[in-house]
Amino acid sequence: MKFWRVPLDAIEVEVTQGVVHIIEDRCKGCGFCIVYCPRDVLEESPHFNAKGYHTPRVKKEGACVNCHYCETICPDLAIYSVEAQPASS
Amino acid sequence: MTTKKNQPTHPLDSLVRTDRIPHIWCPGCGVGTAFSSCLIAMKSSGIDLQKTTMVSGIGCSARGPGYTNLDSYHTTHGRAIPYATGMKLANPQLNVVVFSGDGDLFAIGGNHFIHAARRNIDLTVVCVNNLNYGMTGGQVAATTPSLSKTTTTPQGNPEPPFNLPLLAFASGATYVARWTILHTRDLTKSIEEALQRRGFSFIEVLAPCPTGYGRRNRERPLDALRFYQEKSIIKNDAHPADIILDYQKGITLGTFVDVEKPTFTDIYEKTCRLDPAACM
Ligand SMILES: Cc1ncc(C[n+]2csc(CCOP(=O)(O)OP(=O)(O)O)c2C)c(N)n1
Ligand code: SF4
Ligand code: SF4
Ligand code: SF4
Ligand SMILES: [Mg+2]
Repeated sequence: MKFWRVPLDAIEVEVTQGVVHIIEDRCKGCGFCIVYCPRDVLEESPHFNAKGYHTPRVKKEGACVNCHYCETICPDLAIYSVEAQPASS
Repeated sequence: MTTKKNQPTHPLDSLVRTDRIPHIWCPGCGVGTAFSSCLIAMKSSGIDLQKTTMVSGIGCSARGPGYTNLDSYHTTHGRAIPYATGMKLANPQLNVVVFSGDGDLFAIGGNHFIHAARRNIDLTVVCVNNLNYGMTGGQVAATTPSLSKTTTTPQGNPEPPFNLPLLAFASGATYVARWTILHTRDLTKSIEEALQRRGFSFIEVLAPCPTGYGRRNRERPLDALRFYQEKSIIKNDAHPADIILDYQKGITLGTFVDVEKPTFTDIYEKTCRLDPAACM
């Protein structure tokens, strides 16, 4: 993330990491999750599911901050995020 | 590809009849997002879900309650509120949530809405406003913006639409809010608040209907979302008479009314139930 001034506690603050799960069979390819993910984690997959819809896929591994926005905007209960286990400690 | 057997579990799956998912809603239809918000709010509000029921009339939006794992009622067109009223009065312990469409609640069901609000029946009413009758092919509704095209107004709608929050407020609702499906957090928080309030609560949710409304007004689902993003003005506590829903000028969102008043049941108990002491 770019800051015009580095916050004083930037070193101490741990940004939560998330892992996003996609339930491909439920997805109808609307693209809401892709367009509105604040971290631009997702992209449209060239692959399509059994119903013929292009599902999202992860474009940037490790960029998800587990904000759950994709989970709430998805009209099809087809995507959700969970907290990743922290790498250190 | 993920197969059904090792399919990951969505956090809302416990509240949903997963055997009926994927649901019937079209790709990019906003009803599903409003439905998810409602389920998240029910979960996070801490209400007893064993004592919670969801009621709807007829329409695409009205299919929502049928997908929940709760006791739910898919009633007749326009009559969700009368059924809900009956349930609440017969069993005041129940949390009764109405989830239905704009046509169902405000065209054929308009009178039921205003009188339930006037009586302050303790209900939470979530209306998915997609600006038309989606299910039957995109006819004009009481909420269709002026000049918009629908199957029944091919040259543009000559009528003005209802201002739903104003109608709810004027009728006596004690909690009134409007959000869009893009504002998932505010929407969920509002439904949560409404569930925790006593009295008649109303939440309007603006949602795209790409198949009915969108097709005739050159509005793809992502166009509708961009419009919500660019045109929304959040004004909590704004007077409902001052709020707008205008494709050029903007859309006012927020929680407009949050007051406390005795409910129908409170007053009925005091005035109509015989005092047992007086009968002796
Ligand atoms: C008594 C009666 N009249 C008309 C209909 C046809 N009908 C079914 S759904 C509907 C309108 C639904 O509109 P809305 O409530 O906005 O739901 P949406 O599909 O847009 O979510 C109508 C007129 C009906 N089912 N019953
Ligand atoms: S949880 Fe947030 S950051 Fe992660 S993919 Fe979803 S929207 Fe993007
Ligand atoms: S929001 Fe849901 S249905 Fe739409 S593309 Fe993303 S996962 Fe698929
Ligand atoms: S017709 Fe409209 S409201 Fe009905 S499911 Fe399709 S997009 Fe949604
Ligand atoms: Mg409708």
